[in-house]
Amino acid sequence: MAHALEITGLVKEYTSGQPVLKGIDLSVTGAGLTAIIGPSGTGKSTLLRCINRLIDPTQGSVVLRSNNGSVDMCLVRGRALRESRRRIGMVFQEYNLVERLTVMENLLTGRLGYVGAWAAWRRRFTPRDFERAFGLLATVGLADFVDQRADALSGGQRQRVGIARALMQEPDLLLADEPTSSLDPKTSAEIMALLREQGRAAQVPVLVNIHDVALARRYADRIVGMSGGKIVYDGDGEGLSDTMLKNIYGGQTWLS
Amino acid sequence: MKTTMAFRASATTRWLSMGLAAYVLFALSRLEFSWGRFVAGLAHGAQLISRMFPPDMAKGDILWTGMTESLQMALLASLLGILISLPLGLLGARNLMPQPVTWLARGVVAVCRSLHPVIVAILFVKAVGFGALAGILALTVGSIGFVGKLFAEAVEEISAKQVEAVRASGASFANLIIFGVVPQVLARFVGLCTYQLDSNLRNSTMVGIVGAGGIGGALFSAFQRFDYAFVCTILLTIIVIIVLTELLTERVKKVFNV
Repeated sequence: MAHALEITGLVKEYTSGQPVLKGIDLSVTGAGLTAIIGPSGTGKSTLLRCINRLIDPTQGSVVLRSNNGSVDMCLVRGRALRESRRRIGMVFQEYNLVERLTVMENLLTGRLGYVGAWAAWRRRFTPRDFERAFGLLATVGLADFVDQRADALSGGQRQRVGIARALMQEPDLLLADEPTSSLDPKTSAEIMALLREQGRAAQVPVLVNIHDVALARRYADRIVGMSGGKIVYDGDGEGLSDTMLKNIYGGQTWLS
Repeated sequence: MKTTMAFRASATTRWLSMGLAAYVLFALSRLEFSWGRFVAGLAHGAQLISRMFPPDMAKGDILWTGMTESLQMALLASLLGILISLPLGLLGARNLMPQPVTWLARGVVAVCRSLHPVIVAILFVKAVGFGALAGILALTVGSIGFVGKLFAEAVEEISAKQVEAVRASGASFANLIIFGVVPQVLARFVGLCTYQLDSNLRNSTMVGIVGAGGIGGALFSAFQRFDYAFVCTILLTIIVIIVLTELLTERVKKVFNV
């Protein structure tokens, strides 16, 4: 069974009567990178955070399906919510690594949903977790940084750790909220390539919020355009015409 | 001209500073704090110092018993206080706990903070009797007031982004604390604890004055006997010990990379 995410009628109001998300319907199936573009403040981050319930949506459903079962993220609470979150990896704009922990400890954070507090305190994770961590560090090119503290790394290195941490969860779905916004163009491209590769390798969908339209065109299998809390475009990079971009971002001087 | 206007103090600030200056002058006149009085005091001071030296080294056993008791009191009270402050500080952090819980925790800490250690020591002497136990309890209460409050503030200042990432992994609340919060506040906490140990060492030499154990009792009776040579010995010993612990806590801070 392929991994799938099905969002139906998703509404989020921070203040009553003023929805940020105005009924989002989006379904993502199988491996592949979906880029979500749109102007700042249009609810891209809110959408991503409603999927793993870092933010509670006001209405709608977010169903995650995989071999591990099917769950509506909007309905679960407490332990069930935490267990469902383990299935969704997330990469952040400002990396959000725990600065004072080592690279290895940051990776193990991805396994915190599977260990008790006493084991976590003593850093007693399973040998398989450590093996996987070493493997992922080699994959993202940071094998020599195991014992470095996260605050000693550069931006690109931190984001690689962030991606490795998300992959430690062995997720059914990978979310990335503006993963390249704080990085230089070269590193940004590398990070996007890494996200696409890893999504394909693990056969999971990857959802990426991104501001850089060119980068989205280059790496995404599918582009979703959001404007004013709604989805206004859904297709590939080719179909994303200037008229469409004008529609998404408004104005046109920036296009010429 | 415009820049001078921009940096002019507001009318309230000017009135307040003039009022403060006037009050200082008034207070000085009321307290009969004159140059003549100061010079007369200097003569008394010189006499006191001359009676302090040479320090009396003969009462080594009284000094030893009192100082070890003070040290033990300080250490035990610090440990107890820190152990109780840890959960109280976490419960008092408004970014982690629901509001009623923080009110309760902050209330307990505020009560512990509001009274001076000497007053608390008197209360405990009345409650549990003379001796080290009263001193330990008094210093523990003071430690909770200080460490609990500042620890809660440290927890409130952590980066929410780092916590968010740990939460996104599906971590339980306990694991969230262990991996997302503790690493961010550990250095501050060690700093607070060493400062509190330092503070307890000084206070443990004082609560004895009201009968709550430690060197303070010996110090007080030496004062009353006008045995200034022994007073001098005690004071010098206290200074040496405080300086030594200062060096020790610097080491501890280095180890924890504060």
